[in-house]
Amino acid sequence: MISDLFSITVFLGILSSGIRLATPYLFASVGEAFSQRSGILNLGVEGQMLMGAFTAFYVALNTDSLWLGVLAGMAVGALMGLAMGFVTIHLHAQQGISGIGFYLFGLGMSNLLFQLLVGTVETVRGFPRIALPLISQIPVFGNIFFNQNILVYLAFLLVPISWYVLNKTTLGLKIRAVGENPQAADSLGVSVNRIRYFTTILGGTLSGLSGASLSIALLNVFQQGMTAGQGFIAVALVYFGAWRPWGVLAGALLFSLVNGLQLWIQVLGIPIPSEFATMMPYVLTIVVLTASLSKVRAPAALTKPFERE
Amino acid sequence: MTDSKTLPSGRTPITAMEMRQITKRFPGVLANDSVDFDVNGSEVHALLGENGAGKSTLMKVLYGLYQQDSGDIYINGQLVKINSPTAAIKLGIGMVHQHFMLVQTLTVAENVALGLPSSRGPLTDLDAVSKRINELADTYGLRIDPDAYIWQLSVGQQQRVEIIKALYRGAALLVLDEPTAVLTPQEVDELFVIMRQMVKDGYALIFISHKLHEVVEISHRVTVLRNGKKIGTRPTSEVTKQILANWMVGHEIEFITSTEKIDPGAVRLAVKNVTCDSDRGTVGLDDVSLEVHSGEIMGIAGVSGNGQRELAEVMAGLRKPTAGRIYLEGDDVTGCEPDELTNRMLSYIPEERMRDGMIGSFTIAENMILREHKKMPYSKYGFLNLKNISAHTDQLIEQFNVKTPSQKTMAKSLSGGNIQKVVLARELSRSPHAIIAAQPTRGLDIGATEYVREQLIKQRNGGTAVLLISEDLDEIFALSDRIAVIYEGKIMAILDREEATREKVGLLMAGVKQEEEYA
Repeated sequence: MISDLFSITVFLGILSSGIRLATPYLFASVGEAFSQRSGILNLGVEGQMLMGAFTAFYVALNTDSLWLGVLAGMAVGALMGLAMGFVTIHLHAQQGISGIGFYLFGLGMSNLLFQLLVGTVETVRGFPRIALPLISQIPVFGNIFFNQNILVYLAFLLVPISWYVLNKTTLGLKIRAVGENPQAADSLGVSVNRIRYFTTILGGTLSGLSGASLSIALLNVFQQGMTAGQGFIAVALVYFGAWRPWGVLAGALLFSLVNGLQLWIQVLGIPIPSEFATMMPYVLTIVVLTASLSKVRAPAALTKPFERE
Repeated sequence: MTDSKTLPSGRTPITAMEMRQITKRFPGVLANDSVDFDVNGSEVHALLGENGAGKSTLMKVLYGLYQQDSGDIYINGQLVKINSPTAAIKLGIGMVHQHFMLVQTLTVAENVALGLPSSRGPLTDLDAVSKRINELADTYGLRIDPDAYIWQLSVGQQQRVEIIKALYRGAALLVLDEPTAVLTPQEVDELFVIMRQMVKDGYALIFISHKLHEVVEISHRVTVLRNGKKIGTRPTSEVTKQILANWMVGHEIEFITSTEKIDPGAVRLAVKNVTCDSDRGTVGLDDVSLEVHSGEIMGIAGVSGNGQRELAEVMAGLRKPTAGRIYLEGDDVTGCEPDELTNRMLSYIPEERMRDGMIGSFTIAENMILREHKKMPYSKYGFLNLKNISAHTDQLIEQFNVKTPSQKTMAKSLSGGNIQKVVLARELSRSPHAIIAAQPTRGLDIGATEYVREQLIKQRNGGTAVLLISEDLDEIFALSDRIAVIYEGKIMAILDREEATREKVGLLMAGVKQEEEYA
């Protein structure tokens, strides 16, 4: 029944799953924010996530070590970031098209590897929930916020850290300068290419971690194409969040809460077609983006290859 | 008292910098051909030359942005290798680029700190940077707020940031690449005061400019480059503007001014109380009223970005005014499409000649008939008459002295001067009743500039109403019968040429009205 949706239990359920579901968005979006702030639009996030998800799952399945899985997923993401960097920074390929190429590569390759190496549905144990001492005991909300698995905490911790790095460190200053006016940065002896390689590799690493969080912390299985467009939404969230970590957090929470809501709508059997419910976050993406995009300005050098004239 | 052994920044001065036999080749172009150039401490050495003469290339070699193919650089007698801007900065070379190398979305302090090691390791130390900026600012009268964002600053202030950036890095030799191109006359004076102070303190300055009177005013020695070769170096006191101009161009140059006064006729072009938005949504034009008579050149003077672009576009039918009316030969043409204005014999020489003035991948012949292509004899029933177009183009190429291999050459492969000649040929050959000329000589060499000016005067003498929008004050004074000064989208004043002085116009360009001046 629709009225079920308004009960406290359901409300808390939506909050709890919303926070968990924000995890992959956060990792991928924060990584994408770094690369876009330096001027590289990486549309291959989805492919990097899929490769990260499969690698982490496969390694965890065979070694029984979740942490090894996480590291392997990040490493594969980093490699794909490096490749993306080489193609766009070194060879000056058009960024949007290259990104789509890497997406298709990640989609196909993760499918192929899954067929070859696993083949059937298997599950891993997954990261356990960790109830933080004391604060998880706070009535009602303690359980929602402070009884999650380690990757959820990490994802949320990443937001203030990346804000600090972008705004308070010399590295962050260089990243922002390179994305706005690479010629100016170059004239002051900042290596534009080195900074951009750094951010694309960082972005890839975090996308890999994002994929790993799906396959060994949230769902604990690997399925073909399991990211289901979340990588693309992560790119959209960077625009939504106006290239700022806190904005990205707000966007990630909004989408994951809507996602949580649609899950509960299906669980409760509310008579809305499930296809419509599943569609909601994506429709929201388009609506919110058109509403917010006109007000903020992208990094001036975004998608522009750098070359000394 | 300053110790002659150190600069105020505490750094030892560069007493002598020498570039010997510098050669730099690009595919198909010899940009620098065995060029010698040197500058001493406590000296301004001007580097003069046309576009493409190799000034920028030479300076980019000095600043480590380019590597020379052969030749050596010596600083204080020692051979140095400059393979990156970082290396140049370490050696005490600073550069104030023509197109400011500033990040608009960062603050002054952040721009200064960019690329430098911080006293706090990986963390930025903007407080310390701000303190040091204020110290430098005090020494040279370069007042600036370290916490201001670059986009909030005027062009003159942004230039100060560029100078501070170089001084902060301990520059002892400063390359100023066309620093006056974007400044009002008063700002130029302020810059010269700063430069003289720096010379006194022992800095070596290289001053690049097109403007001969500035070179004569500020420099101690002057070197002229032409087609990548050095023509000569002389003490400035031994040369005249005429000699320098001849060296730059390679032949005698006559400076064009419109001297003969002719009686203006009826009003051809008028805007009344026009207001419009800029692209950024701010006010572009604010209640502007102007009249241009037949046989008159009305010059619009102003610092870049004060509504000139909007004024040209509104009058050419490319931007809709939010209020006010526009008249062409007495008829209300507000809201008319460019097509309609073309039929009413308005011609437009746009500011961005490559973007708005022509289609780069079209041939010269096709570009020549962009405006008239719908009409006989160039087309009939929608079919182009290629024979007539070709004959017409041949005639215009001849008449306007366009240097091109053929009329089938793609427009974008021509030089800037020849591209502008194609635009002029198309716009002027149709005997327009009124012309809007926006920055018609920007980026052109002296020869092409004089040619364009000559053509505009010819039009005026033939009775056409000419609205000349230019950021080059010399041009405004050389051509205009009346001068309107635009500031923040408003017309500050309209002066007859006889009553207009550089000082008056300069103050108006900076937004100072006469009354305030005496208040």
